[in-house]
Amino acid sequence: MIDRLQELREEALQELEKASSVKDIDEVRVKYLGKKGPITEVLRGMGKLSAEERPKVGQLANEVREDIQAKVEEKTEEMEAAALEAQLASERIDVTLPGREVKRGARHPLTAVIEEIEDIFIGLGFQVTEGPEVETDYYNFEALNLPPDHPARDMQDSFYVTDDMLLRTQTSPVQARTMEKHNGVGPVKIICPGKVYRRDDDDATHSHQFMQIEGLYVDKGVRMSDLKGILNTFVKNYFGAERNIRLRPSFFPFTEPSVEVDVSCGICAGEGCRVCKQSGWIEVLGAGMVHPRVLEMSGFDAKEYSGFAFGMGVERFALLKYGIDDIRHFYTNDIRFLDQFKRV
Amino acid sequence: MLVSYEWLKEYVEIGDLTPEEVAEKLTRGGVEVDVIIPRSEGLDHVVVGYVEECQQHPNADKLNICQVNTGEETAQIICGAPNVAAGQRVAVAKPGARLPGGIKIKKAKLRGERSEGMICSLQELGIEQKLVTKEFIDGIYVFPEEAKVGEDAVEQLGLRDTVLELDLTPNRADCLSMIGVAYEMAALLDREVRHPGNDFHESEEAASDVVSVHIDVPEDNPYYGAHVIKNVTIKPSPMWIQNRLTAAGIRPINNVVDITNYVLLEYGQPLHAFDLHRFGSNQIVVRRAENGEKITTLDDEVRTLTEDHMVITNGTEPTALAGVMGGAFSEVQNDTTTILLEAAYFTPSRVRKASKDLGLRSESSIRFEKGIDSGRVEEAAERAVSLLEKYADGVVLKGKVHEDYRPKEHRTITTTSERLNQILGTDLKADEMLSIFRRLRLEAKTETEDRLVVNIPSRRPDLEIEEDLSEEVARLYGYDRIPVTLPEGITTPGSLTPVQKKRRKVRRYLEASGLHEAITYSLTSKKKTQQFLLNDVSGTVEVSLPMSEERSTMRTSLIPHLLDAVQYNQNRQMNDTAVFELGSVFIGEEGELTRQPEEKTMLGAAISGTWEVQLWQGEKTETDFYVVKGIIEGLFEELQFSHALSFTPSKKGELHPGRSADILFNDRNIGFIGQVHPRTAKEWGLKETYVFQLDLDLLLTEETNTLSYEPLPRYPSIARDIALVVNKDIPAAEVKEVIENAGGTLLKNVTLFDLYEGEKLEAGKKSLAFSLVYLDPERTLTDEEVTKTHENVLVDLKEKLDVELRR
Repeated sequence: MIDRLQELREEALQELEKASSVKDIDEVRVKYLGKKGPITEVLRGMGKLSAEERPKVGQLANEVREDIQAKVEEKTEEMEAAALEAQLASERIDVTLPGREVKRGARHPLTAVIEEIEDIFIGLGFQVTEGPEVETDYYNFEALNLPPDHPARDMQDSFYVTDDMLLRTQTSPVQARTMEKHNGVGPVKIICPGKVYRRDDDDATHSHQFMQIEGLYVDKGVRMSDLKGILNTFVKNYFGAERNIRLRPSFFPFTEPSVEVDVSCGICAGEGCRVCKQSGWIEVLGAGMVHPRVLEMSGFDAKEYSGFAFGMGVERFALLKYGIDDIRHFYTNDIRFLDQFKRV
Repeated sequence: MLVSYEWLKEYVEIGDLTPEEVAEKLTRGGVEVDVIIPRSEGLDHVVVGYVEECQQHPNADKLNICQVNTGEETAQIICGAPNVAAGQRVAVAKPGARLPGGIKIKKAKLRGERSEGMICSLQELGIEQKLVTKEFIDGIYVFPEEAKVGEDAVEQLGLRDTVLELDLTPNRADCLSMIGVAYEMAALLDREVRHPGNDFHESEEAASDVVSVHIDVPEDNPYYGAHVIKNVTIKPSPMWIQNRLTAAGIRPINNVVDITNYVLLEYGQPLHAFDLHRFGSNQIVVRRAENGEKITTLDDEVRTLTEDHMVITNGTEPTALAGVMGGAFSEVQNDTTTILLEAAYFTPSRVRKASKDLGLRSESSIRFEKGIDSGRVEEAAERAVSLLEKYADGVVLKGKVHEDYRPKEHRTITTTSERLNQILGTDLKADEMLSIFRRLRLEAKTETEDRLVVNIPSRRPDLEIEEDLSEEVARLYGYDRIPVTLPEGITTPGSLTPVQKKRRKVRRYLEASGLHEAITYSLTSKKKTQQFLLNDVSGTVEVSLPMSEERSTMRTSLIPHLLDAVQYNQNRQMNDTAVFELGSVFIGEEGELTRQPEEKTMLGAAISGTWEVQLWQGEKTETDFYVVKGIIEGLFEELQFSHALSFTPSKKGELHPGRSADILFNDRNIGFIGQVHPRTAKEWGLKETYVFQLDLDLLLTEETNTLSYEPLPRYPSIARDIALVVNKDIPAAEVKEVIENAGGTLLKNVTLFDLYEGEKLEAGKKSLAFSLVYLDPERTLTDEEVTKTHENVLVDLKEKLDVELRR
């Protein structure tokens, strides 16, 4: 019996060795280990054995079973690994082919600039306010202390729609409107982005329609030094921490004192280059302390309240930021231009 | 204003500063120097030469051979100028000289004769043609007798100088004069200002014996004064005057005109010299012009005036347009002997009106318009008189005739150092401020504690209020030295409004969906305001003086300019275009505009060409109605408004009648979508293009429920698919609606998953396949329950829409 078991083991292992598929292995397994298999048969004849022989044969039979089972498993694993190997080999793709394109549009560069600036000022406690593009003469000029004979109030320089209404030439009327709504109670901290219109022929540096962002901060005890602080924070946020500002005296009817604000040139770091026309500085903003007449006209007591205002051209910021050379690009909507701002 | 550096030196000590340094000081102080113009860079080896002999060239009709003494030697120079002659003192460029035009002077032979230099015209020395005296415009320049032979001609012509071109802000009209700039420079440097001398002798005869003055309109002309100078000789003015005028951009004419211009530049006071014999009377009357009254001005133009204009008259007819330009008939001419010299103060508005109405600007009108120094009129007049005595050999009659209505009191501004410090955020002592005012030549004193009283001289009419003084302090103290602080008031959180936030959301969604944001012009043509309208518009907003028809009216729809953008791109082989714009449209009234037009924020888009392409996979989707509709559906989902959105066939003329829809939001029409009508597309020169426009104001102001979580189902759902045969003209949405209504609360979701139209069906029919999902969140549904509800759905479909199950 023992010989028979040894024999069976040999046979089974040999057959397993020869097996070339998972199916073959299964057949061998069923053949030897199945309920009707030869090992079971051998065990059935154990009753004829003596009490001493019985455990020996039983033990050997178990060993044979285990050996065959182990071989089955080993062989199956081998087979499966080979099969997987083959499958993977057949599934190989060219990873250098381009991926499926995800369709993406782009933000207009002027929107990108406006939103970036809005976000900086929101962080400084400002609200974003808007107003009508067709504005009254009063809000566009008079409430901002522009005298009646100011050149901007000429039909030749502005787009009038009636004697008393025009396409706004600046977004400052929103400031006057907002101050009025506050009924003489501060603080007012707003920035006003929007489209403005002037009677200019369109060329590389002029556009009859363009965008401005104006800011206003009115409260008790606001100082020129605060204007410097806010603009300094803004410029460092927008252009970079290494950039500085410089104030030069200027004139606007709605502010006194008035200043032009220059930012140090980012190309040459103030050394002087072509971009800054050798000066080391680039003019970016107009600003000043709100003229007391403007405060009074909008319902604020100029003895109690003071404030500062500033204004900037969105196109100019975009030109500086992205190195664009022609203002008309912003309004032509050439896809090849717009597409470049996907990365914004 | 052009400021000669050399001339400025006369009034203020600036010799220790380069012109560039002067420019930097002025600019940082608020008087911006726009351009620095060196008048003769590298111009050397040009001397005053004496033409000893001048003979015609043997081989050339138009050339002369000149023997020119250049101080050290006599050189032979060939000259082609028509006006060259022996005995002249001329500018000789010697070999080695490099002229501004780039010409390098060398010894040469001209038609066989040697030439050792060049006799120059002023243009060749870099002076603009328009500044060259008429006498020398077509030939070489001839120096006056007193020019010394051998001396540096560049120096003699005042060309060793630098001119600063000022870009003045409107408040700094005080710097429209050399003395004004000198005051500014003196303040910046803390130095003295030197005024020019104005001494002269007076004859026994008094001006008032010869002429009288009367001002009819003191409100327009608070001061008018006139001097009379007899026996003048008209001749060229001295070189130094001519040189300075040229530097300032004014062409020299003759001594009398040059002197009035010189004083205009020096003091900023316009003067006018009349020929008294041609004046037409011995009385000066200043009055308003009559409507239709005519005057021939110095430039020989006939000007028709109105009662808004002011004239100087001889009692009957106008002899000058006050403050703007003199009249032709009383002009100083070569035979003039007696001069009536006007020095007046005309109000800015009156001069501006005439200058603007007549389109006539002069050095005089520019200054009156901006406001001259009313307190310096007499001093300037006397300066001119002294120059006329000296350089026109004039005899000055005693005194002057004048009328004077100028206010006599001096203006003062009272403030405190605390107030000025408060405006600026500085911590300056009253003494420091006084020192700044002293530098500015503003008389100031402290009264009790820190009260500051500042006298404002007439040369600074721009200083009116405390804030103006704070600016003077700031700019002299230096903006760089003002501290950097942050406001100390109430802190408020900054934020966007809900609508602004949603607008950003709309933009982000569309960008992510593959559309490019466009920005187009608001002004459009009248025709384009009649197309692609959401609703009929009551009226349009038109510009009074349009620059062109194309930019005459405010847009009423975003679509026309977006189509222009698509067309622009298609013309450049960019056929796949998907653009959107977010912007205002403008709705006016019927007839004249009486109030501000309605401005509505719209969202518009135009999409054309291939929507998606995966090249090597060979997949391609062309833009069609459903691509665009999907974008809108996604947008409504983004805004949480999916439930309120529906579409209904549209009747817009510019859209394809079978491929367009009105967009309804809670059954209210808020937009449209569709293919551009082939006829309209052809007009625009467009390939197949789809558009949509939505009224964003309506959409974004609608309240949105806060997003709240719905519990996940704990019981399984049961799905049933049905294929239906439907009349072709019944919209799928209608079928879906019947299903939803019949399905009741158990029916959770209905999805259309197939559409078939073709041979396998009866004519006029289509097949729609829907997947229905039934769910009860409280328990497990039984098959019977679902079957029962499902049956109801089929019955309703049959009854309401005559829909059959497809077999």
